[in-house]
Amino acid sequence: MRVLRAAWLIARKDLVVEARSRELAYTTLFFAVSCVLVFAFAFVREGRAIEDAAAGILWVTLAFSGTLALGRAFERERQADTLRALLLAPTERAAVYLGKLLGLLVLMLAVEAIIVPIVGLLFAAPIGRAPLLLGALVVTGTIGFAAVGTMFAAMLVRAHSRDVLLPMLLYPIAVPVIIAGVRGTAAIFAQEPNLEAAQAWLSMLVFFDAVFVTLALWTFGPVMSE
Amino acid sequence: MRLANRVVPFLLLAAAAMFVRAPFMIEAAPIESTMGVIQKIFYFHVPSAAASFLGAFVCGIASAIYLWRRSRTADHLAVSGAELAVVFGLIVLVTGPLWARKAWGVWWQWDVRLTMTLVMWMIFVAYLLLRRFGGPGSEVLSAAVGVFGMALVPFIYVSVNYWRTIHPNTNVVRSLPPEMSEPFRWAMIAFMLLFAALLIVRTRLEAGRAALEEAYVSLED
Repeated sequence: MRVLRAAWLIARKDLVVEARSRELAYTTLFFAVSCVLVFAFAFVREGRAIEDAAAGILWVTLAFSGTLALGRAFERERQADTLRALLLAPTERAAVYLGKLLGLLVLMLAVEAIIVPIVGLLFAAPIGRAPLLLGALVVTGTIGFAAVGTMFAAMLVRAHSRDVLLPMLLYPIAVPVIIAGVRGTAAIFAQEPNLEAAQAWLSMLVFFDAVFVTLALWTFGPVMSE
Repeated sequence: MRLANRVVPFLLLAAAAMFVRAPFMIEAAPIESTMGVIQKIFYFHVPSAAASFLGAFVCGIASAIYLWRRSRTADHLAVSGAELAVVFGLIVLVTGPLWARKAWGVWWQWDVRLTMTLVMWMIFVAYLLLRRFGGPGSEVLSAAVGVFGMALVPFIYVSVNYWRTIHPNTNVVRSLPPEMSEPFRWAMIAFMLLFAALLIVRTRLEAGRAALEEAYVSLED
Protein backbone atom coordinates (compact mmCIF):
# COMPACT_ATOMS: atom_id res chain seq x y z
CA MET A 1 0.00 0.00 0.00
CA ARG A 2 2.85 2.34 0.94
CA VAL A 3 4.50 1.64 -2.41
CA LEU A 4 1.32 2.45 -4.28
CA ARG A 5 0.91 5.69 -2.32
CA ALA A 6 4.47 6.73 -3.14
CA ALA A 7 3.89 5.79 -6.78
CA TRP A 8 0.76 7.93 -6.86
CA LEU A 9 2.66 10.90 -5.37
CA ILE A 10 5.36 10.60 -8.07
CA ALA A 11 2.77 10.29 -10.81
CA ARG A 12 0.90 13.28 -9.45
CA LYS A 13 4.10 15.32 -9.36
CA ASP A 14 4.73 14.48 -13.03
CA LEU A 15 1.19 15.32 -13.98
CA VAL A 16 1.26 18.63 -12.14
CA VAL A 17 4.51 19.58 -13.89
CA GLU A 18 2.95 18.55 -17.18
CA ALA A 19 -0.31 20.38 -16.50
CA ARG A 20 1.64 23.60 -15.91
CA SER A 21 3.85 23.43 -19.01
CA ARG A 22 1.76 21.14 -21.27
CA GLU A 23 4.97 20.64 -23.23
CA LEU A 24 4.69 16.88 -23.62
CA ALA A 25 0.96 16.81 -24.26
CA TYR A 26 1.10 19.41 -27.05
CA THR A 27 4.26 18.14 -28.76
CA THR A 28 3.25 14.48 -28.55
CA LEU A 29 -0.24 15.18 -29.83
CA PHE A 30 1.03 17.34 -32.69
CA PHE A 31 3.60 14.72 -33.64
CA ALA A 32 0.96 11.97 -33.56
CA VAL A 33 -1.36 13.97 -35.80
CA SER A 34 1.41 14.65 -38.31
CA CYS A 35 2.23 10.92 -38.30
CA VAL A 36 -1.38 10.12 -39.16
CA LEU A 37 -1.28 12.69 -41.97
CA VAL A 38 1.84 11.16 -43.51
CA PHE A 39 0.15 7.77 -43.46
CA ALA A 40 -3.00 9.25 -44.94
CA PHE A 41 -1.04 10.27 -48.03
CA ALA A 42 0.51 6.83 -48.31
CA PHE A 43 -2.44 4.53 -47.68
CA VAL A 44 -5.61 6.22 -48.82
CA ARG A 45 -6.83 5.41 -52.33
CA GLU A 46 -9.96 7.15 -53.63
CA GLY A 47 -11.05 8.27 -50.20
CA ARG A 48 -10.79 4.86 -48.58
CA ALA A 49 -7.90 3.40 -46.65
CA ILE A 50 -6.53 0.15 -48.01
CA GLU A 51 -7.54 -2.91 -46.03
CA ASP A 52 -6.13 -3.22 -42.50
CA ALA A 53 -4.21 0.05 -42.95
CA ALA A 54 -6.18 1.88 -40.25
CA ALA A 55 -5.19 -0.57 -37.52
CA GLY A 56 -1.54 -0.43 -38.54
CA ILE A 57 -1.55 3.38 -38.74
CA LEU A 58 -3.14 3.64 -35.32
CA TRP A 59 -0.52 1.46 -33.65
CA VAL A 60 2.49 2.86 -35.45
CA THR A 61 1.35 6.33 -34.45
CA LEU A 62 0.88 5.22 -30.85
CA ALA A 63 4.36 3.67 -30.82
CA PHE A 64 6.08 6.70 -32.39
CA SER A 65 4.38 9.32 -30.26
CA GLY A 66 4.82 7.12 -27.18
CA THR A 67 8.57 6.97 -27.80
CA LEU A 68 8.69 10.75 -28.05
CA ALA A 69 6.84 11.16 -24.75
CA LEU A 70 9.03 8.56 -23.02
CA GLY A 71 12.26 10.22 -24.08
CA ARG A 72 11.10 13.69 -23.07
CA ALA A 73 9.64 12.58 -19.74
CA PHE A 74 13.06 11.49 -18.53
CA GLU A 75 14.97 14.25 -20.31
CA ARG A 76 13.09 16.63 -18.03
CA GLU A 77 14.39 14.84 -14.94
CA ARG A 78 17.90 14.88 -16.34
CA GLN A 79 17.91 18.57 -17.22
CA ALA A 80 16.73 19.60 -13.78
CA ASP A 81 19.05 17.01 -12.23
CA THR A 82 16.17 15.65 -10.22
CA LEU A 83 16.52 11.97 -11.09
CA ARG A 84 19.05 11.44 -8.33
CA ALA A 85 16.72 13.13 -5.86
CA LEU A 86 13.91 10.91 -7.05
CA LEU A 87 16.04 7.79 -6.60
CA LEU A 88 17.11 8.97 -3.15
CA ALA A 89 13.50 9.31 -2.05
CA PRO A 90 12.85 7.12 1.01
CA THR A 91 10.75 4.59 -0.85
CA GLU A 92 11.30 1.48 -2.88
CA ARG A 93 12.61 1.72 -6.44
CA ALA A 94 9.49 -0.10 -7.57
CA ALA A 95 7.43 2.88 -6.43
CA VAL A 96 9.54 5.24 -8.56
CA TYR A 97 9.04 2.99 -11.57
CA LEU A 98 5.30 2.63 -10.99
CA GLY A 99 4.90 6.37 -10.48
CA LYS A 100 6.71 7.20 -13.70
CA LEU A 101 4.75 4.53 -15.55
CA LEU A 102 1.46 5.85 -14.23
CA GLY A 103 2.27 9.44 -15.18
CA LEU A 104 3.26 8.41 -18.71
CA LEU A 105 0.20 6.20 -19.08
CA VAL A 106 -2.15 9.06 -18.24
CA LEU A 107 -0.39 11.25 -20.79
CA MET A 108 -0.29 8.61 -23.55
CA LEU A 109 -3.91 7.62 -22.99
CA ALA A 110 -4.97 11.26 -23.17
CA VAL A 111 -3.22 11.59 -26.54
CA GLU A 112 -4.73 8.31 -27.74
CA ALA A 113 -8.21 9.48 -26.77
CA ILE A 114 -7.77 12.10 -29.49
CA ILE A 115 -5.82 10.00 -32.01
CA VAL A 116 -8.28 7.09 -32.14
CA PRO A 117 -11.22 9.27 -33.27
CA ILE A 118 -8.95 11.04 -35.77
CA VAL A 119 -7.95 7.71 -37.30
CA GLY A 120 -11.60 6.70 -37.33
CA LEU A 121 -12.50 9.93 -39.07
CA LEU A 122 -9.72 10.05 -41.66
CA PHE A 123 -9.65 6.36 -42.59
CA ALA A 124 -13.32 5.52 -42.19
CA ALA A 125 -12.41 2.98 -39.52
CA PRO A 126 -15.46 1.65 -37.60
CA ILE A 127 -14.26 2.69 -34.13
CA GLY A 128 -17.83 2.51 -32.81
CA ARG A 129 -18.27 -1.14 -33.74
CA ALA A 130 -16.89 -2.60 -30.52
CA PRO A 131 -15.84 0.45 -28.49
CA LEU A 132 -15.19 -1.43 -25.25
CA LEU A 133 -13.03 -4.05 -26.91
CA LEU A 134 -11.13 -1.44 -28.92
CA GLY A 135 -10.63 0.62 -25.79
CA ALA A 136 -9.37 -2.39 -23.88
CA LEU A 137 -6.93 -3.26 -26.70
CA VAL A 138 -5.57 0.30 -26.81
CA VAL A 139 -5.24 0.52 -23.01
CA THR A 140 -3.56 -2.88 -22.55
CA GLY A 141 -1.31 -2.27 -25.55
CA THR A 142 -0.28 1.10 -24.16
CA ILE A 143 0.41 -0.44 -20.74
CA GLY A 144 2.68 -3.07 -22.31
CA PHE A 145 4.49 -0.53 -24.46
CA ALA A 146 4.90 1.98 -21.64
CA ALA A 147 5.97 -0.73 -19.17
CA VAL A 148 9.00 -1.59 -21.31
CA GLY A 149 9.49 2.00 -22.45
CA THR A 150 9.55 3.52 -18.96
CA MET A 151 12.10 0.95 -17.89
CA PHE A 152 14.45 1.60 -20.82
CA ALA A 153 13.96 5.35 -20.92
CA ALA A 154 14.83 5.52 -17.22
CA MET A 155 17.96 3.47 -17.54
CA LEU A 156 19.14 5.27 -20.68
CA VAL A 157 19.04 8.67 -18.96
CA ARG A 158 22.74 8.45 -18.23
CA ALA A 159 23.82 6.61 -21.38
CA HIS A 160 25.43 8.12 -24.45
CA SER A 161 23.34 8.56 -27.62
CA ARG A 162 20.16 7.77 -25.71
CA ASP A 163 17.88 9.29 -28.36
CA VAL A 164 18.90 6.61 -30.83
CA LEU A 165 19.20 3.82 -28.34
CA LEU A 166 15.68 4.14 -26.89
CA PRO A 167 13.72 3.21 -30.04
CA MET A 168 16.39 0.68 -30.96
CA LEU A 169 15.90 -1.23 -27.69
CA LEU A 170 12.22 -0.52 -27.26
CA TYR A 171 10.79 -1.59 -30.62
CA PRO A 172 12.14 -5.14 -30.84
CA ILE A 173 11.09 -5.87 -27.26
CA ALA A 174 7.71 -4.20 -27.67
CA VAL A 175 7.03 -6.00 -30.96
CA PRO A 176 4.87 -8.73 -29.38
CA VAL A 177 2.66 -6.02 -27.91
CA ILE A 178 2.44 -4.15 -31.21
CA ILE A 179 1.63 -7.34 -33.13
CA ALA A 180 -1.14 -8.26 -30.71
CA GLY A 181 -2.48 -4.70 -30.79
CA VAL A 182 -2.46 -4.44 -34.59
CA ARG A 183 -3.97 -7.88 -35.18
CA GLY A 184 -6.65 -7.35 -32.53
CA THR A 185 -7.59 -3.93 -33.89
CA ALA A 186 -7.53 -5.20 -37.47
CA ALA A 187 -9.92 -7.99 -36.46
CA ILE A 188 -12.38 -5.36 -35.21
CA PHE A 189 -11.94 -3.02 -38.20
CA ALA A 190 -12.16 -5.78 -40.85
CA GLN A 191 -15.05 -5.96 -43.36
CA GLU A 192 -16.21 -9.06 -41.54
CA PRO A 193 -15.26 -8.34 -37.94
CA ASN A 194 -13.97 -11.24 -35.91
CA LEU A 195 -14.54 -10.20 -32.31
CA GLU A 196 -13.47 -13.56 -30.94
CA ALA A 197 -10.03 -13.15 -32.48
CA ALA A 198 -9.86 -9.64 -31.05
CA GLN A 199 -10.64 -11.05 -27.62
CA ALA A 200 -7.92 -13.69 -27.99
CA TRP A 201 -5.40 -10.95 -28.86
CA LEU A 202 -6.65 -8.93 -25.90
CA SER A 203 -6.00 -11.79 -23.50
CA MET A 204 -2.54 -12.16 -25.00
CA LEU A 205 -1.93 -8.45 -24.40
CA VAL A 206 -2.98 -8.83 -20.77
CA PHE A 207 -0.52 -11.70 -20.49
CA PHE A 208 2.31 -9.66 -22.06
CA ASP A 209 1.50 -6.75 -19.75
CA ALA A 210 1.78 -9.00 -16.71
CA VAL A 211 5.13 -10.41 -17.91
CA PHE A 212 6.59 -7.01 -18.83
CA VAL A 213 5.48 -5.18 -15.69
CA THR A 214 6.75 -8.00 -13.46
CA LEU A 215 10.12 -8.12 -15.25
CA ALA A 216 10.46 -4.35 -15.15
CA LEU A 217 9.62 -4.18 -11.44
CA TRP A 218 12.21 -6.84 -10.83
CA THR A 219 14.99 -5.30 -12.86
CA PHE A 220 14.34 -1.61 -12.18
CA GLY A 221 15.90 -1.68 -8.71
CA PRO A 222 19.26 -3.23 -9.62
CA VAL A 223 19.50 -1.28 -12.90
CA MET A 224 18.91 2.11 -11.28
CA SER A 225 21.15 1.54 -8.26
CA GLU A 226 24.46 3.28 -8.55
CA MET B 1 37.65 -20.80 -15.50
CA ARG B 2 41.15 -22.36 -15.59
CA LEU B 3 39.72 -25.77 -16.24
CA ALA B 4 37.39 -24.39 -18.89
CA ASN B 5 40.33 -22.78 -20.68
CA ARG B 6 42.19 -26.05 -20.73
CA VAL B 7 39.25 -27.87 -22.30
CA VAL B 8 39.00 -25.42 -25.21
CA PRO B 9 41.59 -27.05 -27.54
CA PHE B 10 39.92 -30.43 -27.11
CA LEU B 11 36.48 -28.97 -27.72
CA LEU B 12 37.70 -27.20 -30.85
CA LEU B 13 39.46 -30.32 -32.14
CA ALA B 14 36.44 -32.50 -31.53
CA ALA B 15 34.13 -29.95 -33.14
CA ALA B 16 36.48 -29.61 -36.15
CA ALA B 17 36.67 -33.39 -36.58
CA MET B 18 32.91 -33.65 -36.39
CA PHE B 19 32.40 -30.82 -38.86
CA VAL B 20 34.75 -32.55 -41.29
CA ARG B 21 32.75 -35.75 -41.17
CA ALA B 22 29.32 -34.11 -41.09
CA PRO B 23 29.06 -33.36 -44.85
CA PHE B 24 29.74 -37.01 -45.69
CA MET B 25 27.04 -38.16 -43.33
CA ILE B 26 24.61 -35.60 -44.63
CA GLU B 27 25.44 -36.59 -48.20
CA ALA B 28 24.78 -40.23 -47.34
CA ALA B 29 21.43 -39.47 -45.70
CA PRO B 30 18.39 -40.23 -47.88
CA ILE B 31 16.85 -37.46 -49.95
CA GLU B 32 13.50 -36.34 -48.58
CA SER B 33 10.69 -37.28 -50.96
CA THR B 34 8.73 -34.01 -51.15
CA MET B 35 11.33 -31.31 -50.53
CA GLY B 36 14.22 -33.00 -52.30
CA VAL B 37 17.84 -32.15 -51.73
CA ILE B 38 17.11 -28.73 -50.17
CA GLN B 39 15.84 -30.51 -47.06
CA LYS B 40 19.48 -31.28 -46.18
CA ILE B 41 19.92 -27.67 -45.04
CA PHE B 42 17.93 -28.79 -42.01
CA TYR B 43 21.03 -30.54 -40.59
CA PHE B 44 22.69 -27.15 -40.13
CA HIS B 45 19.64 -24.93 -39.79
CA VAL B 46 18.18 -26.62 -36.70
CA PRO B 47 21.46 -26.99 -34.75
CA SER B 48 22.26 -23.32 -35.44
CA ALA B 49 18.83 -22.36 -34.16
CA ALA B 50 19.42 -24.46 -31.04
CA ALA B 51 22.83 -22.82 -30.54
CA SER B 52 21.32 -19.38 -31.06
CA PHE B 53 18.59 -19.97 -28.50
CA LEU B 54 21.16 -21.41 -26.13
CA GLY B 55 23.23 -18.26 -26.55
CA ALA B 56 20.19 -16.12 -25.79
CA PHE B 57 19.47 -18.25 -22.75
CA VAL B 58 23.07 -18.02 -21.48
CA CYS B 59 22.98 -14.27 -21.98
CA GLY B 60 19.67 -13.93 -20.13
CA ILE B 61 20.69 -16.03 -17.13
CA ALA B 62 24.14 -14.42 -16.91
CA SER B 63 22.56 -10.96 -17.22
CA ALA B 64 20.18 -11.72 -14.37
CA ILE B 65 23.07 -12.93 -12.22
CA TYR B 66 25.05 -9.81 -13.11
CA LEU B 67 22.12 -7.54 -12.26
CA TRP B 68 21.66 -8.93 -8.77
CA ARG B 69 25.12 -10.15 -7.84
CA ARG B 70 27.32 -7.82 -9.92
CA SER B 71 29.57 -10.74 -10.79
CA ARG B 72 32.04 -9.66 -13.49
CA THR B 73 32.34 -13.16 -14.90
CA ALA B 74 28.59 -13.26 -15.38
CA ASP B 75 28.81 -10.02 -17.38
CA HIS B 76 31.55 -11.42 -19.62
CA LEU B 77 29.53 -14.59 -20.09
CA ALA B 78 26.48 -12.52 -21.01
CA VAL B 79 28.35 -10.68 -23.80
CA SER B 80 29.62 -13.96 -25.20
CA GLY B 81 26.14 -15.47 -25.06
CA ALA B 82 24.64 -12.48 -26.86
CA GLU B 83 27.30 -12.51 -29.56
CA LEU B 84 26.89 -16.22 -30.17
CA ALA B 85 23.10 -15.79 -30.28
CA VAL B 86 23.60 -13.19 -33.01
CA VAL B 87 26.16 -15.20 -35.00
CA PHE B 88 24.25 -18.49 -34.94
CA GLY B 89 21.02 -16.56 -35.42
CA LEU B 90 22.47 -15.12 -38.61
CA ILE B 91 23.14 -18.65 -39.86
CA VAL B 92 19.51 -19.52 -39.07
CA LEU B 93 18.22 -16.43 -40.86
CA VAL B 94 20.33 -17.18 -43.94
CA THR B 95 19.70 -20.92 -44.20
CA GLY B 96 15.98 -20.56 -43.41
CA PRO B 97 15.08 -18.46 -46.48
CA LEU B 98 17.22 -20.70 -48.73
CA TRP B 99 15.08 -23.62 -47.67
CA ALA B 100 11.83 -21.63 -47.70
CA ARG B 101 12.41 -20.53 -51.32
CA LYS B 102 12.20 -24.19 -52.37
CA ALA B 103 9.72 -25.51 -49.81
CA TRP B 104 7.26 -22.60 -49.66
CA GLY B 105 8.14 -20.77 -52.88
CA VAL B 106 8.97 -17.53 -51.07
CA TRP B 107 12.05 -16.32 -49.24
CA TRP B 108 10.20 -15.11 -46.19
CA GLN B 109 6.82 -15.68 -44.55
CA TRP B 110 5.44 -13.49 -41.77
CA ASP B 111 4.71 -16.53 -39.74
CA VAL B 112 4.80 -16.55 -35.93
CA ARG B 113 7.99 -18.56 -35.63
CA LEU B 114 9.96 -16.67 -38.23
CA THR B 115 8.85 -13.32 -36.89
CA MET B 116 9.70 -14.19 -33.30
CA THR B 117 13.11 -15.55 -34.29
CA LEU B 118 13.84 -12.34 -36.19
CA VAL B 119 12.65 -10.26 -33.25
CA MET B 120 14.81 -12.19 -30.82
CA TRP B 121 17.79 -11.80 -33.11
CA MET B 122 17.17 -8.06 -33.31
CA ILE B 123 16.98 -7.78 -29.52
CA PHE B 124 20.41 -9.30 -29.18
CA VAL B 125 21.79 -7.11 -31.96
CA ALA B 126 20.37 -4.17 -29.99
CA TYR B 127 22.08 -5.59 -26.90
CA LEU B 128 25.44 -5.55 -28.67
CA LEU B 129 24.86 -2.06 -30.11
CA LEU B 130 24.01 -0.78 -26.64
CA ARG B 131 27.21 -2.22 -25.23
CA ARG B 132 29.20 -0.70 -28.04
CA PHE B 133 27.69 2.79 -28.08
CA GLY B 134 26.04 3.15 -24.68
CA GLY B 135 29.15 4.53 -23.01
CA PRO B 136 30.16 3.84 -19.42
CA GLY B 137 27.65 1.93 -17.35
CA SER B 138 26.09 0.24 -20.35
CA GLU B 139 26.84 -3.22 -18.90
CA VAL B 140 24.03 -2.81 -16.39
CA LEU B 141 21.63 -1.46 -19.01
CA SER B 142 22.40 -4.22 -21.46
CA ALA B 143 21.91 -6.78 -18.69
CA ALA B 144 18.31 -5.59 -18.43
CA VAL B 145 17.96 -5.98 -22.20
CA GLY B 146 19.36 -9.51 -21.91
CA VAL B 147 16.79 -10.42 -19.27
CA PHE B 148 13.93 -9.10 -21.43
CA GLY B 149 15.35 -10.84 -24.50
CA MET B 150 15.48 -14.17 -22.73
CA ALA B 151 11.90 -13.75 -21.57
CA LEU B 152 10.88 -13.84 -25.24
CA VAL B 153 12.60 -17.16 -25.99
CA PRO B 154 9.91 -19.36 -24.39
CA PHE B 155 7.29 -17.51 -26.44
CA ILE B 156 9.16 -18.47 -29.57
CA TYR B 157 9.33 -22.10 -28.57
CA VAL B 158 5.68 -22.24 -27.59
CA SER B 159 4.67 -20.32 -30.71
CA VAL B 160 5.65 -23.21 -32.96
CA ASN B 161 3.62 -25.83 -31.21
CA TYR B 162 0.52 -23.92 -30.15
CA TRP B 163 -0.16 -21.18 -32.62
CA ARG B 164 -1.06 -21.92 -36.20
CA THR B 165 2.16 -21.80 -38.12
CA ILE B 166 3.51 -23.12 -41.40
CA HIS B 167 6.96 -23.73 -39.97
CA PRO B 168 7.58 -27.44 -39.28
CA ASN B 169 7.07 -28.05 -35.58
CA THR B 170 9.55 -29.56 -33.18
CA ASN B 171 7.95 -33.02 -33.37
CA VAL B 172 9.62 -33.42 -36.77
CA VAL B 173 12.88 -34.22 -35.02
CA ARG B 174 11.37 -37.13 -33.10
CA SER B 175 9.70 -38.58 -36.19
CA LEU B 176 12.90 -38.70 -38.26
CA PRO B 177 13.90 -42.07 -39.74
CA PRO B 178 17.19 -43.35 -38.27
CA GLU B 179 19.18 -42.64 -41.46
CA MET B 180 18.25 -38.99 -41.08
CA SER B 181 18.36 -38.65 -37.33
CA GLU B 182 21.92 -39.94 -37.11
CA PRO B 183 23.55 -37.13 -39.15
CA PHE B 184 21.17 -34.71 -37.46
CA ARG B 185 22.34 -35.72 -34.01
CA TRP B 186 25.93 -35.65 -35.22
CA ALA B 187 25.54 -32.07 -36.50
CA MET B 188 23.75 -31.09 -33.29
CA ILE B 189 26.63 -32.33 -31.13
CA ALA B 190 29.20 -30.66 -33.43
CA PHE B 191 27.38 -27.34 -33.14
CA MET B 192 27.08 -27.66 -29.38
CA LEU B 193 30.80 -28.39 -29.02
CA LEU B 194 31.62 -25.41 -31.23
CA PHE B 195 29.23 -23.29 -29.18
CA ALA B 196 30.86 -24.31 -25.90
CA ALA B 197 34.37 -23.66 -27.25
CA LEU B 198 33.44 -20.25 -28.67
CA LEU B 199 31.63 -19.33 -25.47
CA ILE B 200 34.69 -20.03 -23.34
CA VAL B 201 37.12 -18.30 -25.71
CA ARG B 202 34.90 -15.24 -26.08
CA THR B 203 34.35 -14.99 -22.32
CA ARG B 204 38.10 -15.11 -21.78
CA LEU B 205 38.60 -12.44 -24.44
CA GLU B 206 36.00 -10.22 -22.80
CA ALA B 207 37.63 -10.66 -19.40
CA GLY B 208 40.97 -9.66 -20.94
CA ARG B 209 39.43 -6.66 -22.66
CA ALA B 210 37.81 -5.51 -19.40
CA ALA B 211 41.10 -5.90 -17.50
CA LEU B 212 42.93 -3.92 -20.17
CA GLU B 213 40.36 -1.15 -20.08
CA GLU B 214 40.61 -0.97 -16.32
CA ALA B 215 44.40 -0.72 -16.57
CA TYR B 216 44.04 2.15 -19.06
CA VAL B 217 41.62 3.99 -16.81
CA SER B 218 43.82 3.62 -13.73
CA LEU B 219 46.84 4.78 -15.76
CA GLU B 220 45.01 7.95 -16.78
CA ASP B 221 43.95 8.81 -13.23
